[in-house]
Parts: sequence; C-alpha cells; structure tokens
Amino acid sequence: MPDLLQVENLAKRFGGIVATDDLSIAIPEGQLHAVIGPNGAGKTTLIAQLSGQLTPDSGHIQFAGSDITALPMPARSALGLARSFQITSLFLDLSVLDNVALAVQAHAGHSFHFWRDARGQVELRDPARAALARVGLTARENLPASALSHGEHRQLELAMALASKPRMLLLDEPMAGLGPEESARMVAMLRELKKELTILLVEHDMEAVFALADRITVLVYGRVIASGKPEEIRNNAQVRDAYLGEQEAVHG
Amino acid sequence: MTLFIEQCLNGLQFGLLLFMLAAGLTLVFGIMDLVNLAHGSLYMIGAYFAATLTAWTGSFLLGVAMALVGTLLVGMVLEVVVMRRLYGRDHLDHVLATFGLILFFDETVRLIWGPAGLSLPLPSWLNAPVQILPGVYYSAYKLSIIIVSLAVAAGLYFLVMRTRVGMLIRAGASNREMVGALGVNIKLLYTLVFGLGAALAGLAGLMQAPILTVQIGMGEIIIILAFVITVIGGIGSIRGAFVAAIFVGLVDTLGRAFFPDLLRMVLSPAAASTAAPALSSMLIYLLMAIVLVLKPEGLFSAGNK
Amino acid sequence: MSGWLSARAVTVVVLLAALALLPVYVELGGSRFLLTLFTRIIILAMAAVSLNLILGFGGMMSFGHAVYLGIGGYAVGMLAHEGIYSGFVQWPVALAASALFALVIGALSLRTRGVYFIMLTLAFAQMAYYVVAGLARYGGDDGLTIYKRSQFFEPINLSNKTQFYYICLALLYASIYLVWRIVNSRFGMVIQGSRSNDTRMRAIGFPTFRYKLTCFVIAGVLCGLAGALLANHTDFVSPAMMYWTRSGDLIIMVVLGGMGSVVGPVFGAIALLVLEETLSGITEYWQIILGPLLLLVVLFARGGIDGLLRKVRYA
Repeated sequence: MPDLLQVENLAKRFGGIVATDDLSIAIPEGQLHAVIGPNGAGKTTLIAQLSGQLTPDSGHIQFAGSDITALPMPARSALGLARSFQITSLFLDLSVLDNVALAVQAHAGHSFHFWRDARGQVELRDPARAALARVGLTARENLPASALSHGEHRQLELAMALASKPRMLLLDEPMAGLGPEESARMVAMLRELKKELTILLVEHDMEAVFALADRITVLVYGRVIASGKPEEIRNNAQVRDAYLGEQEAVHG
Repeated sequence: MTLFIEQCLNGLQFGLLLFMLAAGLTLVFGIMDLVNLAHGSLYMIGAYFAATLTAWTGSFLLGVAMALVGTLLVGMVLEVVVMRRLYGRDHLDHVLATFGLILFFDETVRLIWGPAGLSLPLPSWLNAPVQILPGVYYSAYKLSIIIVSLAVAAGLYFLVMRTRVGMLIRAGASNREMVGALGVNIKLLYTLVFGLGAALAGLAGLMQAPILTVQIGMGEIIIILAFVITVIGGIGSIRGAFVAAIFVGLVDTLGRAFFPDLLRMVLSPAAASTAAPALSSMLIYLLMAIVLVLKPEGLFSAGNK
Repeated sequence: MSGWLSARAVTVVVLLAALALLPVYVELGGSRFLLTLFTRIIILAMAAVSLNLILGFGGMMSFGHAVYLGIGGYAVGMLAHEGIYSGFVQWPVALAASALFALVIGALSLRTRGVYFIMLTLAFAQMAYYVVAGLARYGGDDGLTIYKRSQFFEPINLSNKTQFYYICLALLYASIYLVWRIVNSRFGMVIQGSRSNDTRMRAIGFPTFRYKLTCFVIAGVLCGLAGALLANHTDFVSPAMMYWTRSGDLIIMVVLGGMGSVVGPVFGAIALLVLEETLSGITEYWQIILGPLLLLVVLFARGGIDGLLRKVRYA
C-alpha cells in the first residue's frame, strides 16, 4: 500500500541559509512519525512546506496519492492534511467554541450563507463541542480564546486540528511550554489519537517522542541524518553526538 | 527639444523634492513602524515658518535656516508628546491619530496665519535664469533646489551607510527588536530619527514655497504622493525612495507636459482635452497600483514586516 | 447582545426611536434645520455602517471608502444631467457602478495587507477623484447641480423633506439589520475569522480572498446607495465627495462610534456631526478640538462610544 505522505528530495533556501536539504520522508497510514533535531534544523520549515505556507524550491510532496507540492493551504486542508502551530495561532478575540466551530465550518461546504445565525447551527456546534470534549476544554467553551492559559491554548490548537476530521495531523511542538502534568495529559491524548490518525510530530520533549513514536527521523541543518525505529535512533552514535547527547547533558 | 530638457529638469527637481519628503516618511516607517499622515503637516509648517521668518528677518537665507531649525524642534516635540504613545500599536491607530493631528495643525495654522496662504518672494540673486547649455536657460532657483536636494541625498547616504548612527538606523529598519536588545538608547534614537524626518519634510516645504505654494491643506495633497513613493520604493528603503521619487517626479511632470499632446494624436481634440488632465493626474496612482499588484512589498523592500 | 436592560441596549433603542420621532418634533415647532441636519447624519451613518462591515468586522482598513459616495452620487447626478430622472434607472445604476468599482479595487487591493492595502484603496479613490474632476461636461472641479431629485411613482416625493427623511431612515434601519444578519451568518464568521487571523483561516481550509472580496463589494454597494441619497439631499455632487480626507471622516465616525458593533457607527456619525454643529457655533476653529479629541479616543477609548456604553453597569 502506498504511503500516505511521501516527501521526495525537498529543498528550501532563504538567501544564504539552507533550511531544507534534499529531504525525503515516507509515512504510511496510521504511523506516528516523530521529527527531531536541534534548534535551527528546519523542522518548522518542513511543516510549513508540508502544510502549504511555504513553497519548496525543489522536490515533491505526495499526499494520499496526489502531488500537493504547489497546492495552496486551504486545498490541503480539504484533502485531510491539518496542522497545529508551534506559536499559538488562534482566533484570540473569538470564543473558544467559535474557534473550533470555524474549523468545522471550513469543511462544511462553502460559506456564502448570509442570513442564518451561524452560532445557532447544530451541524457546526455539535462537532465543535465534540472536538472540545476530546481535548478536555468543554468547561471553557464560552470564554474568549485570549482568556485561556498557555496549556489550554495548546489543547485548543489540537481541537481545531481535529475538528476538520483530518486523515493526517502535522503537529509542531504541541508540548512547547507545558508543565509536567499538562505534558502527560497531552501525551495520553496523542496516544488515543494515534489509533485513528496518521501523525507527523515535531518535538523537543524526548520523553514524549520515545513514548509515542513508531518511527523517528533526525534532522540537522535541514538534512536527514538518521531515520528508523526509536531503539535504532536511541543507539545511533551519530545522532547521539549531534543531538541526543546535548539533550542528556541538559536533562542529566 | 529645449522644452523637453526643461521638463526633464523640472521632473528631476520635483522628484528630488518628493524624495526628501518620502525619505523622512520611509525612515520613520521603517524604523519605528509608524504610519505618519501628519508628515505633510511638517512640510506645511516648514513652508509657513520660512515665509514668516524671511519676512521678519529680511534675509532669505537666515529665514530659511531658522525655519529648518523650527521644524526640527516641532518634529521632536511631536515625537515626545504624541508619537511615543503610538509605537507598537495597530497601523489603523496610527492612521487615525495622525489624521487627528492633521486637523489640529491645519486649524492651528489657520488660527495663527489666517485662511489665505502666504507668499515667499525670491531674493533677486536667485531669481535669474542660468544658462546650463548653449541656448538653454533654466531658473537659478530651481537649479539650486536640485543641487541642495542632491547634497542632502548624498549626506543622507553618508549618514546611513558610513556612520554608527546610520548603522543603527539600517539595523532598526530590518530588525527592530535586535536594536533594542543591543542596549542602544532607543528613545533617543527614535526622537532623532523623527526629528530628521521632520527637518527633511520642512526643507522640502520651504524649498518649494517660493515657486509653488504656502497654504493650508498643502500637506494633504503632497502626503499621498509621498506615501505612493514610499510604497513603490519599499518601506524602510531610502535607496528605494530615491529611485521611486525621481521616477515619479519625471513621470508626473513629463506626463502632464506631453501626455495631452500624445492623446491628441490618438483621440479627437475635444476628447483629448477632457481626458488629458484626469489621466495625467491618475498616472502616478496607476503606477503605484501596477507596482503593488506585481510586487506587493515594493521594489526595494528593506526587511521584516 | 448582552441582556435586555444593559445601558447599551437601552441607548440603542432610545436613539432609534428618537430618530423616528424627530420629524414629529419638528412639526410641533422644532427647528426645520434639525431635519436637514439629521437627514445628512442618517445618510452618512449608513455609509459608516457599510464601512464598519469591512473595517470593524473584516479588518480591512480601506482609506478610500468615500469613493462610493461619489460613485453613487455621480450616477444620480450624471443621469439627471442627461435628463434621466427616474430613480428606477438612477439608483440601480448607482448600485451597479459601485459594485463594479468595488470588485475591481478589491480584486487588486485585497492581495496586499496593512499599509499597502490602505495606500492602494486610497490611490484608487484618488484616481476616481481626478477622473471625475476632469470631466468638464459634468461640472469638473466645481461640481454638478441636480435640478430634479430622483423620481419614483406617486406618492413618493423626495423633495418633501419629511418624506425623504423617513425614506433615508428606513434605509438606515434596513442597512443595520442587513449588516447584523451578515455579520452573524456563516459568511460573517469567515470575515471575522479573517480579521482575527487570516493565516489560520487559510490553514484550516478557507479560501479567504473570495470572501473578503464579496464583503468588500457588499460594503461598496451599500455606500453607493448612501451616495445616491446624499446627491438627492444636497441637490449637488462634486469630486470633493471622494477626496481622501472624506474617507478619513468616515473612518473617524466608525472608530468614534465603536468598531465592534453594527450600531456603533451610527453613534459615531451622530456624535461627529452634532459635535461639528455645536463646536462650530462656539468657534470656527473647532477642528483644533476635534483633532486632539480623535487622538485621545485612539489612545484611551479605542472601543469608541459603544465600548464605553458596554462598560456601564447598573449598581
């Protein structure tokens, strides 16, 4: 069976800086694939190219059998590829429920409806509430998104990604800034989601990565230096030198 | 042919005037991320100060020098009292607040000097035509505008490219936070930059005063052109402003001079005389629209936005 | 809307009722001038409400909105000049011309954002200004007098000041209601989401450009209608209607009144024009006060009058 996401020889430069260097990854359906690497390795740039925010200079991206390399952002979301943002990117002046309802609305046909009150439409509100329940934010649904804590913002991010009923999630550092309790909750949630979705997870939190990942790819300066099962990566000397070593030094 | 040369010089002169106005605007926009509609008011104030002070002192040069200093001071006071509170806010806030300042300045000028404008007569030594090419004469004053403007442009280039202050300015234009993080006295830098912009605007205002106008509302008319140039050239880029300003000055002047004749070759005389003034005025805006549609960040965009 | 008896709700109801009763007051001995003043206020309020749709709710900082007042006005004026007085021809032309213009301007400008968008919308408005000022046949710079108002069937008579007032008021009420429904619909949600975070909207699957363009056109058409009314009200049109500072006036009304609500611009229009009337009675230099006032509102009362009303709580 062909892989759900196939990235071939992806490359991206910003002036003199090589952000993505001949990058290839293949992710079959149902896998949770983690991408790790030191800061500046080009992980967020990778996600930006996968989601359509940036166009690669060369290379191809195939999703569910179609070439999406040049496809605009909204179209990728329509195909079932959803992303969360590393730096919280929500509708801060709208309510939590409105935020998720918008994600639902995006996949409910066109929005050239000018008359009926959108907030009263169950076909939008119910799936939104369901997504909020999945991430545990039901109690906060009527607050403006700006009133939420950072951890709750990450949860909301996830709810919005889920609301579009995607086939694959691109998660950009969902643990960023979370305390130990919140992190544990997020890991548990992602473990549940793994059962129904394919996930590309960019993360620094090594505990979470090794707890969740089926496969790990290591990026350094935009290039893949290793890719394989978690055990293989953990024991890979090159990876240890480049990245894990410094991680242990920090946590040790 | 002489007409063409003369119009080219006029276009150059107009362009250089616009450059000085746009340079201040683009500096302030690039470094402080401030949209200042009231920049045109500083232009007006420069003209009014010059007209009043030359009449008061009896000397053209002295009056002009004092007017320049005066506009600089007004600019710096404005920065400390008002502009500081606007940094970091939405562009819409800037637009509204500075629009309010335009109203204030217009009315204050009207209160002090009355609604009729002023005039600034040229001293006789500047009022003579100068022979620049055999058989081609050009106004000495307009020539001096070109010379002074080019000198200012060169000085600005030197300041921005070769001095430490200039380096801070360039750094600030492409990365505001970094400059703050470097421990530079940001407040002082901003006040000086704004003051410089005000002085440039005032200079433009007083230079055009003898040949164009000193009246209320002159700021509103010219500020749009200045913004157009800033946008075409790319925000924060003085080089871009220079190129765009010269270009706009030439297009506008040559357009107004020769476009009606061009139209008359294609349309009937009646249609041409109806369409010509409208189209000539529109030319600049059309130009900006084309540039923005093709290159939304302007021609020489400086950095992050 | 929060609660039935909030200060804001009460103010809105009282205001709308007072506007409806104004002609009665005038009939009973009040100054006829009030009728003229408030007709103008109502028309400009309508223009401000249309601007708020794209500015307050859509986050599109258009600095050329007054151009539609000019387009609508000149549609009426030019046709009247050619001897076509029927409102059934003039007004649809006004609306169609506004729609077309908005479509073109929007299509070109909405690709940009921030100050570039401001400048483009302003530039297009100035272009229209210069084109119209150059049309000698229709008065050019001096403007065009309209000798006969738009004609409809009996008994509608726009020259009857009271009747005209009620027609304008009815159209204002209709505009407010229309904008309110639009803003809360699915379409409105997309517009508000785009204002809040356009990148996120596109990431979750909305092709925001087409929605913003549609919104832009709707706002233009509404303002064009206001322009047609304005032409009838003043019996005169001039290019000055479209000058960029007039767009500034409309923005002032929207911000002063409150950008987050449909009714806010009405507060703003009333406040600005009443302020203008009263202050200019005190001093002819009243803009010296208006300028800093605007500055203070921007710095300290950003929510405008509507925002201040929302903060009022009963003890």
